Amino acid sequence: MANGSLANEVSYLEYQGKHKGIAGWLLTVDHKRIGLMYLMAIMVFFFVAMTLGVLMRLEMLSPGQTIMKPQTYNSVFTLHGVIMVFLFIIPAIPAVFGNFILPIQLGAKDVAFPRLNLFTWYLYMTGATLAIVSLFTGGGAADTGWTFYVPYSIRSAQNVTMTTLAAFILGFSTIVTGLNFIVTIHRLRAPGMTWFRMPLFAWGLYATSWIQVLATPVIGITLVLIMLERFLGIGVFDPALGGDPILYQHLFWIYSHPAVYIMILPAMGIVSEILPTFARKDIFGYKQIAISSLGIALIGYLVWGHHMFVSGMSDTSRIIFSLLTFLVAIPTGVKIFNWVATLYKGSIKFSAPLYYVLAFIFIFSIGGLTGLVLGALATDIHVTDTYFVVAHFHYVMFGGMGLMFFATMHYWFPKMFGKMYNEKVAVIACTVIVIGFNMLYFPFFILGYMGMPRRYYDYLPQFQGWHVLSTVGSWILVGGIVFMFGNLLYALLKGPKASMNPWGGTTLEWKVPSPPPLENFDEIPIVTGGPYVHDKSTYIMHPSREKIHTNGGAKSAKEEAAL
Amino acid sequence: MSEYSESVNTEAEAHLTEAHTHGHLVGYGTYIMVWLGLVALTSITVTIAGIHLGSLTLIAAMLIAAVKTSLVGYHFMHLKFDNMIIKVFVLVCLVIFLAFWILTFSDLSFR
Repeated sequence: MANGSLANEVSYLEYQGKHKGIAGWLLTVDHKRIGLMYLMAIMVFFFVAMTLGVLMRLEMLSPGQTIMKPQTYNSVFTLHGVIMVFLFIIPAIPAVFGNFILPIQLGAKDVAFPRLNLFTWYLYMTGATLAIVSLFTGGGAADTGWTFYVPYSIRSAQNVTMTTLAAFILGFSTIVTGLNFIVTIHRLRAPGMTWFRMPLFAWGLYATSWIQVLATPVIGITLVLIMLERFLGIGVFDPALGGDPILYQHLFWIYSHPAVYIMILPAMGIVSEILPTFARKDIFGYKQIAISSLGIALIGYLVWGHHMFVSGMSDTSRIIFSLLTFLVAIPTGVKIFNWVATLYKGSIKFSAPLYYVLAFIFIFSIGGLTGLVLGALATDIHVTDTYFVVAHFHYVMFGGMGLMFFATMHYWFPKMFGKMYNEKVAVIACTVIVIGFNMLYFPFFILGYMGMPRRYYDYLPQFQGWHVLSTVGSWILVGGIVFMFGNLLYALLKGPKASMNPWGGTTLEWKVPSPPPLENFDEIPIVTGGPYVHDKSTYIMHPSREKIHTNGGAKSAKEEAAL
Repeated sequence: MSEYSESVNTEAEAHLTEAHTHGHLVGYGTYIMVWLGLVALTSITVTIAGIHLGSLTLIAAMLIAAVKTSLVGYHFMHLKFDNMIIKVFVLVCLVIFLAFWILTFSDLSFR
């Protein structure tokens, strides 16, 4: 990395180091540039997957064939799921905003392993490229759904092997990013930043990173076993060879249920950042929110069996997993109540990020509560593998992670690019998105309850009204999303300059220029209090000017007190 | 590399040097003994697989695998010389793995 003083005279966007132009991006080890490279790649995949989703809805506009054949429909919903889950929802917030914001929030100049950080981007791109190549090679795009359930995934003539290989490589990218964040949080916090002075976004990422490191290898091994089954017929999962297909489901969901928390925990961390900023008060129940992140991560490991209630699992196991599933509602409830309590008696300033957060709380609560319907053994049997599950999943994932991704884009946009967007347009876009979202997905609950199975190409005529309503909702939702990104793109090109702290935020990223300089800080700051204190500063940004030395040596009583 | 990063690196390097000079001098004899132990345990696993012990076969195989993992982690991956926090992390991972195992077997054993 470059000389500190020189590097900090210009922003990270303008800085010209050893490599210029495109090489300055592709070979960068700066966490902020890597975050932006992830952002660009992830946005492309998001729009591809969104287009596939819209095509699916268009196909479902009428019974029978509308715009595509059944085999194409199978591939389209598989691709929609694989791209959205593995290329957007899982990596988006940690890889983009975790990379960009985490080191600054901790008072560090970069992540612990900057080169490894760049390596994860290349792994991500390799996995993504393979996923795309798999569409056009072998027998064509995989048609198994994103879950790759055996025995169908073993026997499918489509290109399942390459798609699973892509997911395997993407998993490595996730593991290494998680490891990097864990080490960064343990080793690079600024002096005085104790665990309970750490911003809650960092807590969310910390819990997420542990899941990434501990759960992802399980899916890696499982996907390799699928490839071995396809090539060598080893008989671990294939019932024809004495294997156990339910064992595959166990292994798949041991990763994929915690993956749901990889998706949502960083988003919850950002809710805890945005609320105190726009309520102008300290967050209610800081420690409870921090610990509940770890609680969700821990219990989230142990509930995977609720995806398998009708798969032939033992009754004992079903009762245990149902009970554990209900337990996960406790730490989630702790968060929701603390967020609402934070708004109580706050000096609330309504702004686009806060609108998104309020929409998140409303929509995620619906998603969470319908999860209890699926977690209860009796009701699950009625709605399992129906549109009810699809609705629940989209309410928690898109309504949870997706909306918070949009909120975060608006919240940290001025910091990342040094530009401001049109607030009025942002609020209108948010409103359109929320209306479109509910119109698209709420009918799924009703359709599922009525018995419409998921992933079916055709349906009975009595379901058509709800399908039409849902398809129209998809158009409104896409319109809102395009409007929102158009506003941000316009701001990027022609928006007015943003100040250092446009929202009155209290965490460290709001103490550095917008956009930040290459090495973030002239000096490593000292932290003297909690992250959401509004009435006084809890950071000493230039310790040397106050003659405080943090790199060892004797300290005066004042210095000790400051630390 | 900045001054701050350098200070972190220097501290880490000093720690590494100290670890190398004080703790990591392990003779080839130890490694060969551990390797022979691993080979012996693998042979036992293969032998047990051929004997009909019912559900005990799997439990025996898993126990032997656990012992082998501990040997590799402790000696070859130098867990023996690491500080307490790393040992705690490894222990947490093992406990979570054990939880995966027990919960999966709550299905397999009662089906």
